[in-house]
Amino acid sequence: MKKELIELRVNGRSHEIAIEPSKLLLDALRQDLDLTGSKRGCDDSSCGACTVQVDGIPMLSCTMLAASCEGQEITTVEGVSEHGSLAAIQKAYGDWGGSQCGYCTPGFMMTVRHLLAQNPNPTEAEIRSGLSSNLCRCTGYSQMYQAIKAAIEAEQKGRAAVPVAG
Amino acid sequence: MTDFSIIGKSIAMVDAAGKTTGSGKYTDDLSVPGMLIGKILHSPYPHARIKRIDTSRAEKLDGVVTVVVGTDAPNPYGILPVGHDEYALALDKVRYVGDNVACVAAVDEFTAEKALELIDVEYEVLPAYFDPEDSMKAETNLIHDNKPNNIEKDYHHVFGDPEKGFAEADHIAEARFIANEVTHAAMEPHATLAAFEIDPQTGNPGRLIVQSSTQVPYYLQHKLSLVLEMQMSQIRVIKPLVGGGFGGKSEVIPLEIIAAIAARKAKAPVKITYTREEVFWAHRGRPRTIIDMKTGVKKDGSITAVKARVIQDGGAYCSYGVVTILYSGALLGALYDIPNIQYDGYRVLTNKPVCGAMRGHGTVNVRFAFETQLDELAAAIGMDPAEIRQHNLLKPPCVTVNGLRVQSYGLPECIEKVVERSGWKQRKGKMPKGRGLGVACSHYVSGAANSIIRSDMPHSTVNIKIDRDGGVVVYTGASDIGQGSDTMVAQITAETLGCTIARVRVIAADTDLTPIDIGSYSSRVTFMNGNATLRAAQDVKKQIALAAGRKMNCAAEELVFRNDLVRRKDFADKSVRATQSEASVSGRVEGQILRGSLQQKRKDEGPKDQLSFEEAVVAAIDFHGALSGTGSYAPPADARGGKHKGAGVGPSPAYSYSAQVAEVSVDEETGEVTVHKVWASHDCGRALNPVSVEGQIIGSVWMGMGQALTEEMAWKDGMLMNPGLLEYRSPSSVESPEVEAIIVESIDPEGPYGAKECSEGSLAATIPAISNAIYDAVGVRLHECPFTPDRVLAGLRAKKNAKYINLTEGVDPTSPKTFREHGGSLWFRGKGPQRHPLDPSRREAAAPAGGND
Repeated sequence: MKKELIELRVNGRSHEIAIEPSKLLLDALRQDLDLTGSKRGCDDSSCGACTVQVDGIPMLSCTMLAASCEGQEITTVEGVSEHGSLAAIQKAYGDWGGSQCGYCTPGFMMTVRHLLAQNPNPTEAEIRSGLSSNLCRCTGYSQMYQAIKAAIEAEQKGRAAVPVAG
Repeated sequence: MTDFSIIGKSIAMVDAAGKTTGSGKYTDDLSVPGMLIGKILHSPYPHARIKRIDTSRAEKLDGVVTVVVGTDAPNPYGILPVGHDEYALALDKVRYVGDNVACVAAVDEFTAEKALELIDVEYEVLPAYFDPEDSMKAETNLIHDNKPNNIEKDYHHVFGDPEKGFAEADHIAEARFIANEVTHAAMEPHATLAAFEIDPQTGNPGRLIVQSSTQVPYYLQHKLSLVLEMQMSQIRVIKPLVGGGFGGKSEVIPLEIIAAIAARKAKAPVKITYTREEVFWAHRGRPRTIIDMKTGVKKDGSITAVKARVIQDGGAYCSYGVVTILYSGALLGALYDIPNIQYDGYRVLTNKPVCGAMRGHGTVNVRFAFETQLDELAAAIGMDPAEIRQHNLLKPPCVTVNGLRVQSYGLPECIEKVVERSGWKQRKGKMPKGRGLGVACSHYVSGAANSIIRSDMPHSTVNIKIDRDGGVVVYTGASDIGQGSDTMVAQITAETLGCTIARVRVIAADTDLTPIDIGSYSSRVTFMNGNATLRAAQDVKKQIALAAGRKMNCAAEELVFRNDLVRRKDFADKSVRATQSEASVSGRVEGQILRGSLQQKRKDEGPKDQLSFEEAVVAAIDFHGALSGTGSYAPPADARGGKHKGAGVGPSPAYSYSAQVAEVSVDEETGEVTVHKVWASHDCGRALNPVSVEGQIIGSVWMGMGQALTEEMAWKDGMLMNPGLLEYRSPSSVESPEVEAIIVESIDPEGPYGAKECSEGSLAATIPAISNAIYDAVGVRLHECPFTPDRVLAGLRAKKNAKYINLTEGVDPTSPKTFREHGGSLWFRGKGPQRHPLDPSRREAAAPAGGND
């Protein structure tokens, strides 16, 4: 199949890449942009390890064509950390055992960030249903809930500590 | 009382940041220049002779570099020395749907997949065996010619006098239990990248570098050496981050060898990554197990005898089978005091994907049967189910009737804790209809006392190097697969040396750099590699203490290493400056720069009360000339078990213990079981990193719950009906209950800082805890797991004396028809697994006659 030039905007930067029109977004990210944080855990959009945000909405990059994302803002797990440091949710996942083998973690990062963006103070039931799009085989999810609550708390403390500018 | 600065405190794993930012590299994330992609052609038949393979059409396809077949590497291998029955690619026969036939290495995945369709294979289809009990009667068309009746191995053990034991019993229960097949489904599909380095002396391909998602880099190195006929020293195996194993990566998986063979023939690096469907075929999970269990108890609750006949449906090759069937018998012991045991175990070959080791290896299904039966017996003699377990405790230290040495034994406290936390005494039997509580116990080894390849070699060796910068580098063969072994090694090192964990860098699981460790399986890493790490750190510490003592004018024994300081004991005891020094960075000055004036200055100062860790290290290097230490671990002789045939499997230097209470509700209309909460206590000896220990306990309970309720591999004529994460129903977050993990610390006399295993032992108790809770809720005993709605409903109807509806009546239970046909993957189109002759889609399609394609 003949390659075509497309422009993908990923984590705030634009990339011009030549890819087959049939190329999946996950493959374009991993192979052409070397952003290997997003993982392939299944082949039929059942596990969520490949979750990225497209215009802020969590999407399964293993079942999207890369070419269909032109002009949209894609965020991958590599775009989560802030100023070279871990974001609160990343730190909390490490501290609270939300991540064991870590293979599903990038997908969870994207899903959880969306959940918290929509609903900054979710109940436990809301967290459970919010995470149900992603599979994890290590943790049994329990420690993820603790991590998410800790991250919310840290964010709130952080926000309280920093005076709102302008 | 615990006087530790690093261990016992919850810390983030040392590799956590790489996992949460996506910067950590797993095998499939790696690529090297000129790398080809490998794709494997799998057998569409469960049992067939290969008459002819023609790869010429595939080889001609543009972009295909090479095609390899069985004759390219005809040496047999297998994880067990007694089970060398696998070939990287089939030589003459395929033995299961998914068996490996050929591999294409091409410039990209698309081309490789296309080439697979151009490989012509002519098969002669043979009769196949799918049910283990049928397979055991086979006399012709054996799966392996040297295994009569398709029995891989059978063992018949008698300990004590079971007949006398049953004669003494007041109540005897006897029943058949079935535990269906489950698989690991680790989130990371298997992947291997193999490349040859060019030897500068000969100018030809020399050393082989393999990066692979494995739990056992050293076994992989060994098997590669066998199959490729290369010296082990010419093979380097590196384990990148591994996305979960659960036993599925604890042996050599075909793609790991195929990638190397393909790289050799293609003269280029080759990466193979399984699709999720291929992972299901590669399998190596927990076999479908048929357990005929008989247990006798006296009126007071004492167990008098246990008799178990176990048949495991092992699939087409040996894998860990001989070990699995032995664990099933051996681990009847070491949990309760059972004076008489009879065990008959049969590991049977069938034409299905291979079963191997999975979390709780060998013990889980038999534990389900035993704990459920014990509950029945408690009910029969009118005893509380928790009490009957407390009544039959071991009295350690002791050696069980089947030769297992038990030292630390936290089971009594485990039972106490879950009974208390769950409100067992107040709530059991008093809950509304449809809701109930169940209790069960389990245990597991902290590493096998005998390694797979019998030798006197230590099971773990660890080296530590410290340089003048005060940085501690630990070289360990321990394979972190997500359980946190790198963190465990860092913690033990830092605790022993009294330095901060930030100083410690762990280099792990690289056969060129790290000393041999036999791998991450049988929950051996914390106990064995932890002990080797402890010894290596003590070795270094002794050297530092000797030099520091000279500097401080005191004996080495008088020194205390803690919080990045080396202090005289009398000074450390009364020191008030401690907090100040602890907080400050001890300074990089003298260690690195070492100008003459500073050395002079130190000399002038005279003896000190304390040295910073760096100063002490510099003193040690100055004194000894270099600073490195080594430690190794081999299990003690008295923990290696008895003398009977098969005694090598089961013994461990220490056992972990678990007790659980599950609270469930059963919907009597739909048969659906909901687990509301599980209280799980686990005796892990000592919790080195409590957050990780809790994570392991919760993960085990959760995986056990999956096997209890939803997870099941469904077969039809040797075809897996649910080879995907959607159809193989792993519980999602909404179906996952709260698990209250309770850590019990029995401080094992031989464990590193008293630690034992914590990652497997809890799994086995969950299934019977749930089945016993279902009985408490609705009065139905379920003898087949998973407890799916159809099985629960069948049980409920039988109890109500309504017409018994046997959903599998007239249907081979190994090949249910209620699952939808799975379409198969892309490259299977047109030449995929043959559908059942009665399948309507097949009749319509008027498929070409099977037998060749």
